[in-house]
Formats: sequence, structure tokens, C-alpha cells
Amino acid sequence: MTDTDVRLQPRKKGLTRRQKRRLSRGIQYVVFVAAVIAIAVSADWGRLQNQFAQGGIAQQMWPDVITLALKNTVLFTVSGFVLGLVLGLVIALMRLSSVGPYRWVAGIYIEIFRGLPALLIFVFIAVAVPLAFPGTEIPGGTYGKGALGLGLIGAAYMAETFRAGIQAVPKGQMEAARSLGFSPARAMISIIIPQAFRIILPPLTNELIMLFKDSSLVLLLGVTLEERELSKFGRDLASTTANSTPILVAGLCYLLVTIPLGFVARRLEAKAQKEIK
Amino acid sequence: MTSPEIRVRDLHKSFGDNHVLRGIDLEINQGEVVCVIGPSGSGKSTLLRCVNLLEEPTEGQVFVGGTELTDPDVDIDAVRRRIGMVFQQFNLFPHLSVTENLTLPQRRVLGRDKAKAAKVAAENLARVGLAEKAEAYPSSLSGGQQQRVAIARALAMGPEVMLFDEPTSALDPELVGDVLAVMRMLAREGMTMMVVTHEMTFAREVADRVVFMDGGVIVEDGSPEQVIGDPRHERTRHFLSRLLDPAMAEVEEEISDQLGGPEQ
Repeated sequence: MTDTDVRLQPRKKGLTRRQKRRLSRGIQYVVFVAAVIAIAVSADWGRLQNQFAQGGIAQQMWPDVITLALKNTVLFTVSGFVLGLVLGLVIALMRLSSVGPYRWVAGIYIEIFRGLPALLIFVFIAVAVPLAFPGTEIPGGTYGKGALGLGLIGAAYMAETFRAGIQAVPKGQMEAARSLGFSPARAMISIIIPQAFRIILPPLTNELIMLFKDSSLVLLLGVTLEERELSKFGRDLASTTANSTPILVAGLCYLLVTIPLGFVARRLEAKAQKEIK
Repeated sequence: MTSPEIRVRDLHKSFGDNHVLRGIDLEINQGEVVCVIGPSGSGKSTLLRCVNLLEEPTEGQVFVGGTELTDPDVDIDAVRRRIGMVFQQFNLFPHLSVTENLTLPQRRVLGRDKAKAAKVAAENLARVGLAEKAEAYPSSLSGGQQQRVAIARALAMGPEVMLFDEPTSALDPELVGDVLAVMRMLAREGMTMMVVTHEMTFAREVADRVVFMDGGVIVEDGSPEQVIGDPRHERTRHFLSRLLDPAMAEVEEEISDQLGGPEQ
């Protein structure tokens, strides 16, 4: 027997590898349970329940929290997403254009709108645009402004997603289309974009989730009672009742949508992974 | 004699400093089958891709069916409809079914109506022996089947010329035969074909002419019996001996002037 053979043998003294693994795992469980107990003991449950879980106040929110607030949140999000999708595709195509100035403009747009906080963009739309262009009215009132704000932000992210998706389509696809007599634009529309769209469906879903959350910023635009979305609705009610239950309910309504969407995104991702193989 | 279907005149192509084609002159007559052989990096794929202008020649002229493709004012999309191209990697559209792969180009490019496109698609799928795969998606087909669909897709456009860029190089050996059989059928039907290939048996049997390229020039151009059976040039002999019996090759300093152009 050589030296190496000896070293590969199970050790006779001290803990074996298996025992070590078990010990390390046991410690992790102990730490976790201890942390949970510490939180449970230190929290003032009565006070928390009083502040966050008052059934009466929650009931008072029903059904407006769904029929008005959630509906408006969805409305703002969807209109912003559609605008962002269209604008994002245009910017992505500009970014891939052979015309230099288009590429620069698209690049600058993406850098600006990805780099600025969404909150600032909404303030800008609410305050700066009416002041800078007196007399101009963004069509659609608050809904139009909300869609514009979310669309401008979403477009910057979606443009990069589209660009990555288009570039992920193998070069041979464009060559095959061109050799069949497709013009570059036709090939892009009929062959490349449909394939790119499949590739980017998971990241697009994530961007929808992002916009869904950012729609809370619509409250900066100054909304009427009828135009309130979840965050504004929850906050208003929280201040009139001097209780935080409405905030918790509004938060749960967000999760009601974002968690299933996240699930869909992961499913699509798994499916796309499988298709590549 | 009628004017040649494909005419290439003094063609040069550079990728940066890499001079891949160094003055190619080639004529292919109607109904002729020409196989282009040569070591990798010899520029044979680049030459083929210049014939339908997938690569823009640096210098020289390309004519197909009397139209000059290298004319900057030519409607290249219109000319390409007459030139079918088959790629090494098949390049079927993975998001479309087999039938849609054949009908979409006809409808979008040729403006054929749905019924006519479907009819032409079915005919051409039957020609390559894949009528029963009409509703399948490319990913569920074997490489050989995909390549036959790709040939059918090109044929559905009614081309006058077919270009093949190493059509069997990406296939498992047992699948090569089906693709070659389809190509043999096309040759018999009188299709004008330019084939970049390593299949010497196919070249010997089917080709009217074999062109041997090396270092960006045509070294030899003649009948298969002559070029493959009794090559005049040392470079051709060398290439063929390595190809026909790779196990006998010896380690060498430099085989020829290595150019290493992009071989797709």
C-alpha cells in the first residue's frame, strides 16, 4: 500500500466525514429554530394584531379594494406595459440599426430611463411637463399620464430585453430568410421577432411584475377618488382609520398578483430551457 | 451554347486582412452539377455564399441567370428567389411547423395565396419523401429529415439554381444517404447545382464537374474522373489522399499556405 492509498481510507480517529456532515446540518437547524423563537417571543403580538389585523377595518375595505383599487392598479400596469412593449421594441430595433444616430439616441434613452428613479420620472410627468409645455394635455388624463410614466420606464428595460432576445436568435435564421428572398424588414418581422419573443417571455413577465409594483407611484400624479390604485387606497384609509390594516391588505393584494406571475415566469423559463436542449 | 446559368468573374473577397478569395473565375451551365471540394479554409464556402450575395464580394462580378448580382442597383431579394440555398446547419425556422416552413416564405415573398402555397408545399415534401411529417416541428425531426425539409423549402420557391453548403457535414453518417439521394434526384431532374461537399463518392457519381479549391483560388476544374481519379496538381493529390485515407496522414510542418478563412 502506498501513501495515497492510506490517505483515501476512512479515518479511524475523530469524526468521520458522514458524522461531520450531520453535525453541520444539525447546527443550521438549531440556529434557524432559535431565530424563529426569538422573534416570536420578542414581538408584541397584541399590538401587532391591533395595528395590522383589524377584521373590522379590513371588512370596511371590501369590495372597493378589489373592484376599484386593484382594478386601477391592473389598468395602470397593463396600459403602461403595452406602451412600454411597443416603445421598447422600437428602441431595441433602433439600437440594432445600421444608422449611427438611431443607435446613439436609443442608447441614451436606455441609460437615462434605467438610471433614473421611477419616482423622479413620475414627478417629472406630473410637474415638469405641464409647466414646460403649457396648454398641452397628455391624452387620457391620469390614466394616460400613468401609462406614459410606466411605459417610459418599462420601455428602457424591455428594449434591452428585446435586443438580447433578437441577438439570441442564431445568425443562420436571418441568412436562411434572406436567401429565400425575404427583405431584411420582412425577415425581422416574420422570422426573427417571433423567435426572439419566445426567448424573452420569462424576462418580460418579470418586467410586468416590476411595473405592477411601480404603478404605486401613480399617486404622485394627483389622482381622484375614483382613480386610486392599491397603494393610494391603502394609505388614505390607513390615515383616516389611524391603523395600518389597510396597508397590509393592499400589500396582500399586490402579492395576490405578483406571486402567480412570478410562478408563471419560472415555468416559462423552465420550458424555454427545455426547448433549447 | 447558351450563356452560363452562373458566372463568376475575377471574384475577390477579404475579411479584414484575410484574403479568402483571390480571383475566382467560374462558369456553370444550365443543368450542370458542379461539386466544389477543397481543404477547410480554402474559401469554397465563401465562394458559394458570394453566389447569392450572402457575402458581399470585395471585387469582381457574379451573374446568375443573366442578372448581375454585384450591380449595386439590383433587387437582390428578387434575384435570391431564383437561387435556392441549403445550409450545413439546415436553418429551419424552429417556431414553425414543417408545412409552415414551406408555406410562409411562399406567401410572404412570392405572394402566393394560402391554398396554392399549401399545394406546392405538399408536393415538395412528397418529393423529399417527408409528406407524413407535414405537421411536425423541426426539433422533432432527425438531422437528415431536417435537411430534406430545408431542401423542400428551397424548392418550394421554384428556384432555377440550387446552392448546397456542405449539406451533409452536420449529419450522423447513417443519415447522409437520404439527403444525397434527394440531391441525386434533383440532379437527374436537370437542376443546376453548385455543391460544396466532402462526399467524394457523391461528387464522382453525380457531378458533371469537380472544382478543387485551395488557398482562395481554383486549382483544378474538370470532370470527376479527371480531378478525383487522376489529379494533375500535387495539392489536389495531397488533399485527396488525406481525405480518402485520413489514417495514413503524417504530421507535417505546413500543408499548404494556410489561410484559415471562415468556413461556415
